[in-house]
Amino acid sequence: MTLYVEKRQVVTPGELLAQGDYYPDLNTFREGENIYSTMMGIFDHRGNRLSVVPLKHCYIPFVDDPVIGRIVDVGMSGWAVDINSPYPALLPATEVMGRQHPPRRETGKIFEVGDLIKAKVVAADRTRDPLLTTRDRGLGKITRGRVIRISPSKIPRLIGKEGSMINMLKKESSCSLNVGQNGIVLVTCENPEKEELVIDVIRMIEREAHTQGLTDRVLELVKSKFKGERVAEST
Amino acid sequence: MQKAPERLIDDNGLRLDGRRPEDLRPTELQVGVLENADGSAYIEQGKNKIIVGVYGPREIHPKHMVIPDRAAIRCRYRMAPFSTEERKNPAPSRREIEISKVIRESLEPAVMSEYYPRTVIDIFIEALQCDGGTRCAGIVAASLALADAGISMRELVSACSAGKVAGQIVTDLFDLEDKYGEADMPVALMPNLNKVTLIQMDGKLSREEFEKAFEMALEGCRKLRGLQTEALKRRYQQATTAEQPQQDSEEVK
Repeated sequence: MTLYVEKRQVVTPGELLAQGDYYPDLNTFREGENIYSTMMGIFDHRGNRLSVVPLKHCYIPFVDDPVIGRIVDVGMSGWAVDINSPYPALLPATEVMGRQHPPRRETGKIFEVGDLIKAKVVAADRTRDPLLTTRDRGLGKITRGRVIRISPSKIPRLIGKEGSMINMLKKESSCSLNVGQNGIVLVTCENPEKEELVIDVIRMIEREAHTQGLTDRVLELVKSKFKGERVAEST
Repeated sequence: MQKAPERLIDDNGLRLDGRRPEDLRPTELQVGVLENADGSAYIEQGKNKIIVGVYGPREIHPKHMVIPDRAAIRCRYRMAPFSTEERKNPAPSRREIEISKVIRESLEPAVMSEYYPRTVIDIFIEALQCDGGTRCAGIVAASLALADAGISMRELVSACSAGKVAGQIVTDLFDLEDKYGEADMPVALMPNLNKVTLIQMDGKLSREEFEKAFEMALEGCRKLRGLQTEALKRRYQQATTAEQPQQDSEEVK
């Protein structure tokens, strides 16, 4: 049993990670005795499980993921939604209005093409298109705020361990933040200037996602930014 | 038009561009050169200049091309009209269509397409300036672009040609050697897995010559593989350090 790379080291596709009795987890594979990486990313291991956290990847929907999407088609009994993934999602009318009969030709009155929605994935396997629902608290049409797109691979960092990063950001900025697992983030503040500042911070987190001690630096940045804003308001 | 050179290899055993038989052309690789593509790469190998863009995995159109259990891979190799000595007709030629196909087939074993069923991965290879061996350079850049796009791959594919020029076995032939030499054999390899994904040959080689040329081509692939890893890691460092000064200036104002 030999490990060829250290934790947090950058690896490239096809790089030999280890030999022997290890378990290949996310983004790794075994060929005979050897375990290789399949992605450009950062190596991680817990016990015998080896994995690679990718620097960039496309969003593959999983059940219960919160997502933010755009309506691209209105059908008789539901909508087609673009969720920033290789697979277009379906939002059936029954998942919006409940068990009542899906009213014919009424779907266009609820969501129109181009509307942005918050939704949750209810069914996803890669053999069929994913299904969404908006029947939960806080889901449905987005009416205000700003939407930005970041790389889906950076979402876990934006949320932080048990939400540490996102909660800190919410608290310091007193804005409402909705993070879709598909890399789309909704920022809603009381004024557009503040939204601009929060977006700057999110962009910084995206850029520096792989550096250590990020939460502290972000906290510092946020505090200085929002202090500056308060001064600007009073003058 | 160029004239046929009198001698392809001089008395000191050096080739027309001053290389020894086993030398590769000076090669430079860059990853992430296009903003709008999901992944991209640029290669300069001697006078060859090739840019590659990768899009996907994304929804496939037309729908009849869907493969239920894996991603389809589409590849287009194209030579710019200004890429050669004489203007090339921009319409896709027989040669370009064939090269597109062989490049696709050389990359397919490396891409874990079963991870992205019912989707498509599009690879666009644009040869801006050509000087022989562009299919190999295209493969090298395309596999970097695929890795940059964050697509799962078993291994990067490297490619290098070998052949016979003025009776000698040489690696990485350029245009004149290809045209006036006796044989040219491009080889693509997944170096860490030690698997060949492409081998073609035009011209004639004896069995011994073939074996020597094959070994030299593999050696060339392995050298290029080192450059590929370097280019990818450089890209990662760029992503981390390049933004630092920008952040400082924001704090100043």
